[in-house]
Amino acid sequence: MNYFITQTINGLSLGSIYALIALGYTMVYGIVQLINFAHGDIIMVGAYVSFFTIPTLQSMGLPLWLCIIPALIICTLLGVVIERLAYRPLRESPRIANLITAIGVSLLLQNLAMKFIGTESKQIGVIFSKQETAIGISPNTIIIIVTTIILTLLLQAFMKRTRTGKSLVAVSEDYVASKLCGINVDHAISITFAIGSALAAVAALFYISTYQQINPTMGSLPGIKAFIAAVLGGIGSIPGAVIGGLILGICEIFTRAYISSQLADAVVFGILIIVLIFKPAGLFGKNVKEKV
Amino acid sequence: MMDKKSIRIKPSLPLYLVTAVALVLLYLLVMQLDNQVYYSKILVLMLINIVLAVSLNVTVGCLGQITLGHAGFMSVGAYTAALVSKSMVTGSNIGLPQYMLALLCGGIVAGVVGIIVGIPALRLKGDYLAIITLAFGEIIRVLIEYFDFTGGGVGLSKIPRLSKASQVTIIFWLAIVCVVVMYVIMTSRHGRAVLAIRDDEIAAEASGVNTTYYKTFAFTLSAIFAGIAGGIYAHSQGILQAKTFDFNYSINILVMVVLGGMGSFTGAILSAIVLTILPEVLRGFNEYRMISYAVVLILIMIFRPRGLLGRSEFSLRKLARIFKKKGVNGHE
Repeated sequence: MNYFITQTINGLSLGSIYALIALGYTMVYGIVQLINFAHGDIIMVGAYVSFFTIPTLQSMGLPLWLCIIPALIICTLLGVVIERLAYRPLRESPRIANLITAIGVSLLLQNLAMKFIGTESKQIGVIFSKQETAIGISPNTIIIIVTTIILTLLLQAFMKRTRTGKSLVAVSEDYVASKLCGINVDHAISITFAIGSALAAVAALFYISTYQQINPTMGSLPGIKAFIAAVLGGIGSIPGAVIGGLILGICEIFTRAYISSQLADAVVFGILIIVLIFKPAGLFGKNVKEKV
Repeated sequence: MMDKKSIRIKPSLPLYLVTAVALVLLYLLVMQLDNQVYYSKILVLMLINIVLAVSLNVTVGCLGQITLGHAGFMSVGAYTAALVSKSMVTGSNIGLPQYMLALLCGGIVAGVVGIIVGIPALRLKGDYLAIITLAFGEIIRVLIEYFDFTGGGVGLSKIPRLSKASQVTIIFWLAIVCVVVMYVIMTSRHGRAVLAIRDDEIAAEASGVNTTYYKTFAFTLSAIFAGIAGGIYAHSQGILQAKTFDFNYSINILVMVVLGGMGSFTGAILSAIVLTILPEVLRGFNEYRMISYAVVLILIMIFRPRGLLGRSEFSLRKLARIFKKKGVNGHE
């Protein structure tokens, strides 16, 4: 039973990382209908920024988690720049063109990292202690789960309460109508990419504090899984992304623990297929009817 | 001025003859290069890539749906063909009949997997279809690594090959047959139904095209030839590993189709040739290959979203028309 609880908590912790990434996917998809394949690679960039700032932090005697600050700044800028250069010129193009561009950006980031930093994996020191405390959970796990909950609540409040947040919701509801109402659509889309990329930077910190290892392609698989989480929860829905992420994390950890670690990825992708076939709108999504 | 219709040439015997002669000349040219092991390796790879690119073009270009799991179908075909030929042949060389049988099995099994994947997946469109085919591709890869009869993570080795002397000849004509079959199907009545779905699915359905049937049809056709290409690959490499056929491999094939022009057979063939030769010619280029692929993908989508050739094809008929026009103008 104890094993079961440990695995559940591990699942929640992994699921929280997926949830943070999935929030970025779901917001971007909600507003521009684009699977931002490069989102996973922004995590990779965040992780490398952390990796390069950690020695400086160590020499200054500061806590290592402060590496989140440069990572946040660079990821946010990168997200906005990618949108500006690669996605904005294509906003009126067919969706296939957008998708291929997103794949192109993802490949570009991965291969730039491979070329200029190297393909080998790099080790990262302990950021949050993984020693189990009295209640049997490590501080690392607690920090991940609690931060994710706080960030989700903040994001939800931002979208519902603030003027900017409402404008983002409006643009994702109806692009043309919100333009007519005087909302600066370009601005709203930039903000969405900025928020999504900032959350990806946080996810990157948690990823490296959990796995302590980075490489140029580390972002693609978590990225795709987080997208699956977003689809599972219903794309465009913030609570949906978080719950989808948690479900996916638990499923993955349970498969690893009880069935076979080799099959974990197959199970996750299987979940995606089942969801897409039987409930394409996801758990919390809206059904959109196609019009002629 | 003569009106366009009167100078249009119907497919005729001379045209077929010219095509046949051109192919034989091409074959002789190719055989000139085949005297070195290095060249023949590249030639085989190029021919495999041509079949792959043209087969992906059937779904991406003709049906207008992005799939990201093409390498998955290729791996199914490769493993099936390899297992079949390993069970038939004990030595290191395989005869032509067994080779053809192995490829056929590879194509059929890949086609069956294509139907199994296609029927549920093709209910979705655009991004969702892309992501679900990606998922199927990854599942296929994980399952191949999981089971024992496929060699697991180690993979298969000692797959019998064709004899060195006849390898390029056989694969050359095989690739031509594959491309011609796909082209003929896609320009037939069935192919036009597929094109109609690409241009407007709802209108096609309203005009009586069975969209589910034809989508699955195109998807399966694409899978069958990916499987055959996989079989050729397996027998030319001699070893197979599941991790070769990952997401990046699918992307490589997609780049060929997108670069050449989605919907253009000529484009797919040309870009498959160029993208196979380029890394070999420019030695230092290999390091920057993936970076430049990525940049090229983005730039093409921004500046020429239909690919370099768009949907146009090279055809003798057009060429003949141009010459005839010149001739007519000369007489006037």
